[in-house]
Amino acid sequence: MLPALLFYAIFVLLPIAQAMVYSLFKWNGLKPLSDFIGLANYQKALSDPVFLGAISHNALIILLSLFIQIPFALGLALLLNRDFPGRAVLRLLFFAPYVIAEVITGLIFQLMLTPDGLVDQTLEAFGLGSLVRLWLADPSIVLSTLFVIISWKYFGFHMIIMLAGLQDIPREVEEAAVVDGASRNQTIRHITLPLLGPTIRVSVFLSIIGALQLFDLVWATTKGGPVNASNTMATYMIDWGIRRNQLGYGSATAVILFVMAFIVALLYQRFVMRRDIEGALTAGPG
Amino acid sequence: MPSAPVEHRLAHVLGTSLRVAVMFVVAAAIVVPLVYAVIGGLRDTGEIRNRPVALPSDWFPHKYLEILGSETYWRELFNSVIVATITTLIVVGLAAMAAFAFARMTFPGKEKLYTLFVLGLLFPVAIAILPLFILVRQLGLLDSPLGVALPLAAFGLPLTIVILRPFFRAIPVELEDAARIDGCSAFGFFWRIVLPLSRPALATVAVLAIVGAWNAFLLPLVVFSSSDQWTLPLGVMNFSTQYTSDTARVLAFTTLSLVPALIFYVIAERQIVGGLTAGAVKG
Repeated sequence: MLPALLFYAIFVLLPIAQAMVYSLFKWNGLKPLSDFIGLANYQKALSDPVFLGAISHNALIILLSLFIQIPFALGLALLLNRDFPGRAVLRLLFFAPYVIAEVITGLIFQLMLTPDGLVDQTLEAFGLGSLVRLWLADPSIVLSTLFVIISWKYFGFHMIIMLAGLQDIPREVEEAAVVDGASRNQTIRHITLPLLGPTIRVSVFLSIIGALQLFDLVWATTKGGPVNASNTMATYMIDWGIRRNQLGYGSATAVILFVMAFIVALLYQRFVMRRDIEGALTAGPG
Repeated sequence: MPSAPVEHRLAHVLGTSLRVAVMFVVAAAIVVPLVYAVIGGLRDTGEIRNRPVALPSDWFPHKYLEILGSETYWRELFNSVIVATITTLIVVGLAAMAAFAFARMTFPGKEKLYTLFVLGLLFPVAIAILPLFILVRQLGLLDSPLGVALPLAAFGLPLTIVILRPFFRAIPVELEDAARIDGCSAFGFFWRIVLPLSRPALATVAVLAIVGAWNAFLLPLVVFSSSDQWTLPLGVMNFSTQYTSDTARVLAFTTLSLVPALIFYVIAERQIVGGLTAGAVKG
């Protein structure tokens, strides 16, 4: 267990600590680390409208994921939670996008969404030509477009998690409810969903963390554009830290991202998942 | 009062039709982009622009063969294989030992250390990428597969440990006692009994590690400055900017880049899905 810990400490814990140190300097990564500027990087980041915009974009993706993607995955899981021919094939199919690289996904969609491309011409073929937009070039809808791509990639993942949770719910409980005269909807609302609570909470948690560190997909489709309209904290960080060689400043934005993820995790653990994990991390034999 | 039989049957039929319709639409939504990529590689860029939805006029896979004949594609494929293999070997090896310790041994600070690893679940590579770049450079691993494999493995430890621990814990104590009586050391028990018994779980985490490493983009982007070392995701991105107006060719390359992952997926689907649900829902 020691080798794992050592390895983890060097490649995970150490860099995170280093990021905090670097963030206090103005540094281009090559000359010696000497230009100490205290919290100036943080001030700069938190007053940069582009960075604040990036944060709001992450936040929007989180909200969209929670209120659209997860309910959708849940609905599908409920639909798929019964035996019917072809169910295994559908399960295989729905999860497939998860194994495809984000950049590949982004690239394919970008090509599909070019003006007058596949999506536009299909819409027009169905008489929905009025819905055509500049999917990736219009700053006001580019985030929504990205959200659709993200959903395409990950809804199967969440659906599978929910399916597993659903299968853990003992049949007898649901059957008892039916015997007592509950309608299908009532059963779902009052029995299934509450019992599915821990699973939903896991999905929500993973979704939030995933949305916070979104990079690959955005980089592959829009690089944060147009005009910074689809920037995320991660694309901002890479842009400043790697492209513009400002490692001190980039590190500061990374630390801000880290702190946000940490706070989310803490709050989530304390208020939402406490009853679920209480036993798992503390008690129990070993 | 139970509803009349006819109404009941009608509702049932409507419900089923709705269900089928929804699943059909979702399935189509998933398949369309993939089919678009595959077919696109068989067509002409001009054709695609004029009529996005159409079958190729010439089914001969010119562009595919061209790419399959290029050194770049195979080199990048090979690099991806190397990185994925090294990463997986390291992460599964280290995590198995750690999970074993967490599952069956007692030592001071165990729960705190476990929590430390669990916290790692919420820190993606992105957060540490800048210091990692410096660190990898200092270690002289900038254009080496190890420069990507080592950090990827480290960041993969939390999930792997979390998935493996319950499996290791589930092995009955009697087995361990029997091994002890037979003169087996703790490591011997680990190596000769626990590991073989945990093959499904090990397969799952291995598959997860392979998929994660294969699709990694950010870390390779930062670490590999020389195009010699590029993995497929980097190659795809570069190819798309190089041939930016040749949609068909880009689609061909993209298809050839996602096909290995899909093939692997079809073979290993059970492992991936099983492991994620076990780890995420219960771990």
